[in-house]
Amino acid sequence: MIDNLLLLLQNPSFALDVVLNGLLAGAIFALAAYGMSLVWGVLNIVNIVQGELVVLGGYLAFVAMGAGVPAYFALPLSAAVMFGVGYGLYYTVIFRVVDKDLFISILATFGLSIVIQQLMNTVFGSDVRSIDTGLGSFYMLDGAVTVAWIKLIACALALVSGAALWLFLRHARLGQAIRATAQNPRAAHILGIDTGRVYAITYGLNGALCGAAGSLAVMAWTIHPYIGLPYTVRSFMIVVVAGLGNVGGVVAAGLSLGALENVAGFVLGAEYQIAFVFALMVLILVWRNWRAARRRTYLS
Amino acid sequence: MIDLILDRVQGIPEWGLLTGLGLLALVAPFVAPSLATQLAFLWLMVVFAQTWDVLGGQLGYNSFGNVIFFGIGCYACAVVQRDSGLPYYEALALGLALAAALALVAALVFGAALLGIRGHYFAIATLGLGIAAGEIAAGWSYIGAGSGLAMPLYPGALGSRELFFYFVMFAIATGCFFTLRWLYGTRFGLAMNAIRDDEDKAEAMGLHTTAIKTIAWAISAVFLGLAGGVAANMLGFIDPRDVAFSGATFGVWMVLMAILGGKGTLWGPVIGAVIFHITKELFWTYLLGWQRVALGLLIVAIVLFFPQGIMGWVKARQQSRAVVTP
Repeated sequence: MIDNLLLLLQNPSFALDVVLNGLLAGAIFALAAYGMSLVWGVLNIVNIVQGELVVLGGYLAFVAMGAGVPAYFALPLSAAVMFGVGYGLYYTVIFRVVDKDLFISILATFGLSIVIQQLMNTVFGSDVRSIDTGLGSFYMLDGAVTVAWIKLIACALALVSGAALWLFLRHARLGQAIRATAQNPRAAHILGIDTGRVYAITYGLNGALCGAAGSLAVMAWTIHPYIGLPYTVRSFMIVVVAGLGNVGGVVAAGLSLGALENVAGFVLGAEYQIAFVFALMVLILVWRNWRAARRRTYLS
Repeated sequence: MIDLILDRVQGIPEWGLLTGLGLLALVAPFVAPSLATQLAFLWLMVVFAQTWDVLGGQLGYNSFGNVIFFGIGCYACAVVQRDSGLPYYEALALGLALAAALALVAALVFGAALLGIRGHYFAIATLGLGIAAGEIAAGWSYIGAGSGLAMPLYPGALGSRELFFYFVMFAIATGCFFTLRWLYGTRFGLAMNAIRDDEDKAEAMGLHTTAIKTIAWAISAVFLGLAGGVAANMLGFIDPRDVAFSGATFGVWMVLMAILGGKGTLWGPVIGAVIFHITKELFWTYLLGWQRVALGLLIVAIVLFFPQGIMGWVKARQQSRAVVTP
C-alpha cells in the first residue's frame, strides 16, 4: 500500500495517468448523479434503483451492438428505451409512493433495485460485459499516459448530455413545468400543470440519463449485474456533496470522485475500490452530520 | 371465518400461548429430527426479523445494513474457534461471547457516528455499510479473504449436532423475544416510539435521542452477533459475500419479514418470519433461478399494497368491528 503510494508520488506522469482515467470515469458518475438529483428534487424520492437503471442501460447498449447497431446509434437508442422504462416504472410503482413518507419510497425503490438486478442476472448472466469499440488509445508524454479514445469521448458525451438537459430544464416549456413542480407541486397543479405527467416525464428523463451513462460505462469500462449499487451510492454521494439542483457542483463532485476513487483503487488495491466508495460515502455523511450538529441542526 | 379464528386466538391468555409454542418448539426436533436444521434456521429468521424491527419498526429508522452485525458475529466466533486452541465447547462459548461483544462495540461506534443522521441519509449510509464490510472481509487474508473460513467439526455423535445447534438458536431467539418484550414495555420503549412519531418533539422533551437510538441498535446487534456465531457453525462454512455479509439474501429477508408480519409490533416480525420461512422452503424450489426476482417483487408488493403488515391488518380489522358493534 505504501509502496503503491510512493510509486504514484515518484512518477508524476504515471500519477497523471491514474488521475486522468479517474476523471474520465467521473463524468459518467456525474451523469447518473444528475439524474438522481433531478428525481430527488422534483419527486422528493431518493431513487435507490438508480444504479440498476444505469447497468440496465449498459446491457441495452450491449445487446443493441451485439445485434449490429453501430456504437454512435446504440447510445441514443439505449437512452430512448430507458426513457420508456423510467416512464413505465413511474406508472407502475413510483406514482404510488410519490406522496408517501420516505420509509415507503426507500423500501419500494430498494425492492425495485433487487428485481432489476436479479432480472439482469437471470437474463444476461453474471459475466462481466464490455464492448470493444475499436477506437484505440492515444498516448501522451512518451507513452507514460495512456487514454482510450472512447473514454475521452464518453466523458465529452456525458458532459454534453448533462448540458443539454440543463438547457432543456432552463428554457423549454416542459422543463420550466418540471422546475415549477419541484418548487411547489400544489401551486404548479393549481396553475394548470399536470403534475402527474411532469413526475412521469422527470422519472423518464432520469431513466434516459441512466441509459446514456450505462451505455458509456459499457463502452469505456465494464458492467455486470451487481455493479448497480455502487452507482447508486456514488450518485447519492455526489448529490449530497453538490447539493440539490446544482449542476456545476454535480459535475465537479463527480469528476473529483472519479479521480479519488481511481487513485484509492490503485493505492489500496483494486479489490478494495468498492469498499472505498462505500466507506467514503459513510465518512462524508458523518462529516456533514458532525458539521450540522455544531449548528444544532441535523442531516435530514 | 378469519374473525372467528382471531377471536379464538385473542381468547387465549398470552402466557398460555407462549407456553404452548415453547413446548411445541422443544418437542419439535425430537418428533421430526430431519427437520431440526430447517427449524433452527426458522429461529434464525425470527431473530433477523425481530432485531430489524427494533430500528425499522419501533424507531422508524430504515436500516439496510443490520447484516453487518451478523457477519461480525460469524467471523468473531470462527476466528476464536480456529485460533484459541481450547476444546470445542469452550471455544464455542468464548467465540459467541466475543461475537456478541464485537457486534455490540460495532453498533455503538456506528450508532454514535451515524444515528444523528436522519431519513434518507441514514438508510443509504447503512446500505453502504454492509457491502463495505463484505468487500473488506473478502480482501482480508487473516480471516480467509474471498475463499472464506471453514468451521471446526462438531465433536458429538452423528445427528446430535443438529439438535445442539437447534437448541442454541432457539435459546437466542427466545432470549431476543423476551428481551424485546420487556424493553418495549419500559420507559425506554416509549422513548423509542416517541422518536419514531416525532423526533423533534422527543428531543425537545429532553430525550437523548441519539443515545437512545444507539442503545436500541446495540441491543439488536448483540442478538445478531450471537446468531451469526451459531449460524456459522450450523452452516459449517462462511463466505464473506454470500453468508456473513449477505445483503442480497439475509439482509433483504430481514426487512421483508418484519414488514410482512407488521413492523412496530412485538409479534409481527415473529409471524412474518415464520410465514416467510415456511413459504420460502415450500415454494422456493419451484421458482428455479427466479427466487430473488420474486423476493424483490414481494418487497415492492408488500410495501405498496400491504404496508401495515399482518399485525396491522388484524388491528385495523378489530378496530373496525369494535366501532360497528358497540
